Amino acid sequence: MTIELNGRTVELSPGATVADAVIEAGADRDSRGVAVAVDGQVIRRVDWGKTKLRSDQSVEVVRAVQGG
Amino acid sequence: MPSKVDSEASAAERVDPGISRGDVDGFQLGGRIWGSRLIVGTGGFRSLEAMERALVASGAEIVTVALRRVDPLARGSALEVIDGLGLFALPNTAGCYTARDAVRTAQLAREAFETDWIKLEVIGDDRTLFPDAVELLDAAQQLIDEGFTVLPYTNDDPILARRLQDAGCAAVMPLGSPIGSGMGIRNPYNIQIIVESASVPVVLDAGIGTPSDAALAMELGCNGVLLSSSVARAKDPERMARAMRQAVEAGYAARRAGRIPRKLHAEGSTPDQGLPDLG
Repeated sequence: MTIELNGRTVELSPGATVADAVIEAGADRDSRGVAVAVDGQVIRRVDWGKTKLRSDQSVEVVRAVQGG
Repeated sequence: MPSKVDSEASAAERVDPGISRGDVDGFQLGGRIWGSRLIVGTGGFRSLEAMERALVASGAEIVTVALRRVDPLARGSALEVIDGLGLFALPNTAGCYTARDAVRTAQLAREAFETDWIKLEVIGDDRTLFPDAVELLDAAQQLIDEGFTVLPYTNDDPILARRLQDAGCAAVMPLGSPIGSGMGIRNPYNIQIIVESASVPVVLDAGIGTPSDAALAMELGCNGVLLSSSVARAKDPERMARAMRQAVEAGYAARRAGRIPRKLHAEGSTPDQGLPDLG
C-alpha cells in the first residue's frame, strides 16, 4: 500500500494504521507535541492505533519546533 | 468616603484603559493571571542551550512554538526544554496564508499540545509577513466557534483590532513593525488608539528591536509584549532577554506612574524665590 507521508511516497503493509505512519515518519508515538492529519483531517491520538490507512491517502505527521 | 488612594486609582482607571481592563494585579490573559507580561518566541536561537538560558533570563511564562513536519534527523526537542522549565507552550500558525490552513494548523496544535490556545497568524505575503486581514478575521471567527482561545497577530489597524475583539478574541496583538525587522513601533499613535478602544488585553507583537521599544509599548498602554528575534538573534541572547524583562517591567511601571506632559518650553524645577543677589 502506497501513501504520501510528509510529502514522500512511502510503502506500508496493507492494514497499516496511523500509528504505523507516525513511526515511519520518525516520531515517537508516545511523545507530546506530535499530531497527525490524514487528507487534511486531524486524527486524535487515541484513534491512531485503530485508524487504518488506505492507498493514496496523504498523511502529515508534525511536531513542535522552535517558532516565534 | 473613598480614601485618597482610591480616588487616585479611579482617576487612573478613567484615563488609562490598560489599567481599567482589570490589569493592575497581574497580566490577565485568556482567563488566567500571569506574573510576566513578556511573551517570548522560541524561533531563531542558535542552539537549544542558548534558548533555554534566554528563556530563564526573560522571566517569561508563555513561550511560542510552531508545528512542522517531523524531521527524523533533528537533534533535541524544544518542547522538552520548555516543559522542563515549566513554561506554557503557546502554539502558533506561522507560515499559514489562508484561513483554511490556519484553522487546520490550530486543530493540529490542539492535538499536539493539548491546549485550545492559539497564536493566530495568517500572513499576506512572504516579503512583509503582514497579516492578511480578511483571512485573519475569517480564521479567528472559525476558531472561536470551535472553542479556541484566539490570540491574533494583527496589523496596527484599530478597526481590525476592534473586529477581532468583537469576534471574541482573547487579546489583540498588533505589530509594531514587520516581523524580525527590529524597527520598533512605527505608528505609536495607532497603538495608542487600539489600546484606548480595547476591552481585551493588547499585546505588542513583532518589530521589537531593543528594550526601549518594549518599554515604549508598555508606556503606550499595552498589557504585554511578544518578541522573538530581538533576543534570539542578539549577540548575547541571555543578556538581551534580561534587558527585555527589565524594559517591560519599567515601561509598565512608568505607565502606572503617569508621565509628565510634553511641553515646548522649559519649566524649571528649582524655585526662583530666594535666589541670592550676587551682583
